[in-house]
Amino acid sequence: MNLFRLSLAYLRRNALSALLNVLLLALGIATITVLLLFSYQVEQRLTRDAADIDMVVGAKGSPMQLILSSVFHIDVPTGNIPLHEARWVQNHPLVAGTIPLALGDSYRGFRIVGTTPRYVRHYGGAPAGGSLWDDDMEAVLGARVAERTGLGVGDRFAGVHGITGGEAVGGEVHEDHPYTVTGVLRHTNSVLDRLILVSVPSVWKVHGYDHEAGLGPEHEHAGGRPAQDGAVDGNGDAQSDDEGAQGPDDERELTALLVQYQSPLAAVTLPRVINSRGPLQAAAPAYETARLMQMMGIGLDTLRAFGWVLVIAAGLGVFIGLYNALKDRRYDLAQMRTLGASRRRLFNHILTEAIMLAVMGALLGLALGHVAAEVLGQSFRQTQQLEITGAVFLTQELWLVGLAVAVGIVAAVIPAVQAYRTDIAETLGRGR
Amino acid sequence: MLGIRDVTHRYRDGTTITLPNWQAQDGEHWALLGPSGSGKTTLLHILGGLLRPQRGQVFIGERRLDQLGERALDQFRGQHIGVVFQTLHLVDALTVENNLRLARYFAGLSQDRNQILEVLDRLGVAEVARHHPHRLSQGQAQRVALARAIINEPAVILADEPTSALDDKTCQQVLELLTAQALACHATLVIATHDARVRGVLEHALELEPAE
Repeated sequence: MNLFRLSLAYLRRNALSALLNVLLLALGIATITVLLLFSYQVEQRLTRDAADIDMVVGAKGSPMQLILSSVFHIDVPTGNIPLHEARWVQNHPLVAGTIPLALGDSYRGFRIVGTTPRYVRHYGGAPAGGSLWDDDMEAVLGARVAERTGLGVGDRFAGVHGITGGEAVGGEVHEDHPYTVTGVLRHTNSVLDRLILVSVPSVWKVHGYDHEAGLGPEHEHAGGRPAQDGAVDGNGDAQSDDEGAQGPDDERELTALLVQYQSPLAAVTLPRVINSRGPLQAAAPAYETARLMQMMGIGLDTLRAFGWVLVIAAGLGVFIGLYNALKDRRYDLAQMRTLGASRRRLFNHILTEAIMLAVMGALLGLALGHVAAEVLGQSFRQTQQLEITGAVFLTQELWLVGLAVAVGIVAAVIPAVQAYRTDIAETLGRGR
Repeated sequence: MLGIRDVTHRYRDGTTITLPNWQAQDGEHWALLGPSGSGKTTLLHILGGLLRPQRGQVFIGERRLDQLGERALDQFRGQHIGVVFQTLHLVDALTVENNLRLARYFAGLSQDRNQILEVLDRLGVAEVARHHPHRLSQGQAQRVALARAIINEPAVILADEPTSALDDKTCQQVLELLTAQALACHATLVIATHDARVRGVLEHALELEPAE
């Protein structure tokens, strides 16, 4: 016999109310846990996806939309920018490096992104099988794309016009321009995992043939220079060398440029310069990401408060349960004192009971929270917006357990003090 | 030796009671008699270390209970004093066996299952060791309460009105059990009661005067 077993025996005798309190606490803790896991993973993900991108240049519109569409690939682009404007940005002395993005098509909900191998390197991507593209109409699949579509090296597929996501995109199929898969990337836990990567000229080519007024670039010249385009991809630094002379009459377009600054100083002047140039808009991922988290934060705070309300309610339940039970238990307590239990022991006995409830509730809550996060994560994965899993453990969860125990202790203090004050002679004198 | 000297106690309502000087030798069996309000229960609580007298000395063997600190008194009570109340106060959340274990635990003594079963067996209730108290008959419960009082082999066994609600036959049995177990532990036995049937059974009696 010890206090633990003694308290457990009392809990078992009042199993129903104990269960109710444990469940209430568990639901509260689970709610908070899910929010913790979600906000942590979303933030992780956003930070990772936006890492080392100082600025995004795209078409005028909402800067948030520009970031969402071209960094996180979860919104439609603001539009396209003329290639010669993109060149101007690339050649700006304050710009250290750029990654071009040409969007427009998708395959089974996964975006086909025209870019350069530098984009793959930026997220630490490397082929798990096959190799990166060398030529137009060759495609490299992100890890999740390969998993979900079942495509592998050597397979062919045709993109669908439109990038709104989901399997049932109503766009036109570019059947006469199928891509050939040359490689599949390893998991990077970044946006790369759910993208299909091709060369920029491939995107131009598809749209050059297919549309009179497609995404952008069209007509004869886009499709007419496969050799040249191949060379562009080969040195990995898109169009800077060969096509600079095209000038404003070149109708080819890019969707966005991911820009790295030459020096921190660029952050002061460059965005302003770019924004003043007709069609261009500059947006800072760090700023927009922070804004996004802040906006999400309001909703999360509300839910979190709800979770704490449940936890507090459970605490009240524990308090009321112990307080009421004490009336019936005062003879037991007096008897325990008669058997030699000190006042401290009885205090600890009541406290142990509350702490056990709190720990059970907290652990059950954490378990529920992780299961819920995993289940919700699975359903999110269906829509491919975010990959969230319940299999992440955070140190804050230990704090949650601590806080739950603290709530239990607070709830038990008054009953425990009453137990401490049990007057043996008076209680037993009354007891008949 | 068990006794009190110059003890007065003040109740919460302000009335005070002066108890006669009294002492019992080791192993003696005493009846503590007197009408309601004469201070029987108060004296029993003082002897059991459940109540501190306002003044006076309380001794068990060489120890002065009135001089022990709170924790020491708790420990002394657990190890050397067994108490049976009229209402038995068995802990219903625990099995019979664990009720006895609880007594060992709070006294800070080892919890040997064989010893516990042996004591239950001695009192004829070994078969209900795994039962919870609410399933016991009155007679069984009485025996279990006594088993709990003697499980730590106390020097003193105190019983407060153990027989007053019982019929003659059961009363007889309870008294026999108490005296037999007190003999077995070589314990001093004090039974506080207003039950006249007890008087003839025990060798010594202390009559308390009704309070004025």
